[in-house]
Amino acid sequence: MNPWLVAPVLIPALLAPLMLLFLRHRLVASRTLSLAACLALLAIGCGLMRHAASGQVDVYAMGDWMAPFGIVLVLDRLSALMLVVTAVLALPVMGYAIASGIDRKGWHFHPLFQFQLLGLNGAFLTGDLFNLFVFFEVLLIASYGLMLHGGGAARLKAGVQYVVVNLVGSTLFLVAVGLLYGATGTLNLAHMGERVAQAPAGDHALILAGGLLMVAVFGLKASLVPLHFWLPRTYASTSAPVAALFAIMTKVGAYCILRFTSTVFGEGAGDLAWAPGPWLLPAALATLLLGFIGVLGARHLRKMAAYAVVGSMGTLLCALAMFTPESTAAALYYLPHSTLSAAALFLLVDMIAARRGDYGDSLAPSPPFLQAGVLGGLFFLTAIAVVGLPPLSGFPGKLLILDAVRGTTGGWWAWGLILGTTVISLLAFARAGSAIFWKSAATEGQVKAGPPVSPQASAAIVATLLAALAALTLAGGPATAYLNATAAQIYDVGPYPDAVLEQSRAAP
Amino acid sequence: MSIEFLVASAVGVLSAAGIYLVLRARTFPVVLGLAFMSYAINVFLFSSGRLVVDQPPIYGKDVAAYSDPLPQALVLTAIVIAFGMTALVVVLALRTFLEAGTDQVDGHGETSAEQEALSGASAAEAQVRSDVEAQP
Repeated sequence: MNPWLVAPVLIPALLAPLMLLFLRHRLVASRTLSLAACLALLAIGCGLMRHAASGQVDVYAMGDWMAPFGIVLVLDRLSALMLVVTAVLALPVMGYAIASGIDRKGWHFHPLFQFQLLGLNGAFLTGDLFNLFVFFEVLLIASYGLMLHGGGAARLKAGVQYVVVNLVGSTLFLVAVGLLYGATGTLNLAHMGERVAQAPAGDHALILAGGLLMVAVFGLKASLVPLHFWLPRTYASTSAPVAALFAIMTKVGAYCILRFTSTVFGEGAGDLAWAPGPWLLPAALATLLLGFIGVLGARHLRKMAAYAVVGSMGTLLCALAMFTPESTAAALYYLPHSTLSAAALFLLVDMIAARRGDYGDSLAPSPPFLQAGVLGGLFFLTAIAVVGLPPLSGFPGKLLILDAVRGTTGGWWAWGLILGTTVISLLAFARAGSAIFWKSAATEGQVKAGPPVSPQASAAIVATLLAALAALTLAGGPATAYLNATAAQIYDVGPYPDAVLEQSRAAP
Repeated sequence: MSIEFLVASAVGVLSAAGIYLVLRARTFPVVLGLAFMSYAINVFLFSSGRLVVDQPPIYGKDVAAYSDPLPQALVLTAIVIAFGMTALVVVLALRTFLEAGTDQVDGHGETSAEQEALSGASAAEAQVRSDVEAQP
């Protein structure tokens, strides 16, 4: 057993209560520890990714209880990838939260942030369905706190909606767990996959109902149409660093859809193999279209960024719903891109809004404001990334997806909609950029806004995120090689259950 | 009447009541609806380990048949989480009502009659207003 597997869960789990109990009034110590934890998670994530790249599936049995009976953490290439994406996102977001001073605008920002990371890392590592539910609750409860951080009437109103929607989602999660446990008699994902493969035909309807309900719950997290209504308002009304961190929350949904479908409804499941696929694809296409129409229709930058998250989830889920190794590899390349570009957009919009005083993030031209040149340049690059134009990683991401879905059922729909929505979002961002930067240069008057908080540091953090996207493009070769291997591992029926259930098979 | 019928209809009635209440516009019925739904799920999860009578869930030397202990552990976890979340959503709804002046779940409602009652207007007047508002 590889003990490092527990570290991404253990570090935030130990640190959060520590900060909550002893460091409530010590801002500097909290900030230092938070940043150090993010750095440590990044280092450990990279180490685990290197380890997982060999193709080995590592299993850590909690309390040394063997697999179908105890809870296991499982590390394969996909989990390692998600851990690294989370850490790469968390570090600059934490940096921005500190630089902009948002962590001082209420209590317990740092412990909540760590609890959020605990839930995310746990959800990516666990190999047990009920444990996944628990980690979902951890990350959701932390997200309620973070979403409401800073207060204000608009945020509270959106918060009630967010909490209620997710509570109903959690309830449905339990219904699905109950159905699947009742039909298969296990909660371990790998074991459940084996049981589903051996299930008598009479149980198929029950298993399918449970499975589809589960995918619907993950779809709620992934803002899959028609379950996306909560997202734009929530993301647009919360603070920028939190919205940027939430960019990974929708990806948790996508990850869970992929993990759950491939282990439980994988190749070996006979009639039930890839059963959620045909349901997912039309919903993903609708998500794609509605998301980018929302981008075009939004009158505020924050709403625009939030709808861009919905749209990019549509793109991602389109590729995911095909359930072929090529399309999954393409989706996994698009996943870090979509996460980081959305985060960069949220942070940048916050900086723009802070410098425009009363004009805020609305798309109306304001008089010239501070740092308009730098922010304009960053906006240009971020828009390129979000829309998916060369040279940043959105372009190869979309190219890989288009290439992978060619010739599959519904592939031409995906082509038309992905290309069409790219044009729509290009129009929307061009219009927003020209209204905010171009026209404001020619507008008379003066903006009434306080001095921005640490302007250089904030701009540098957004630039770092964009640099990460550029790195993803430049390292396209090694990245796609790793992701192709990841997809191959996901679609290979043997190794994952073999590694998880090895101990119990060896036992008499 | 069999125990299966009783449990199944209990789950059904609780879920139906829960879904109806969750779809209401104001926060208080929604909170009640969430509570009902979590009760329904608890009973449902419990029955996912099959309904048996007089069988212990723990190992004993002279016991031949057991009831499934796992769903019972799951129900315990689910109860704790649902309880905590109900408390949170109640506090959040109250805070929103006091700060934003609306207890509509979608946040679009006007300042409600109840809040004006809280801020000093007479209860009778508030009642009249809410009656007027209730008319189509």
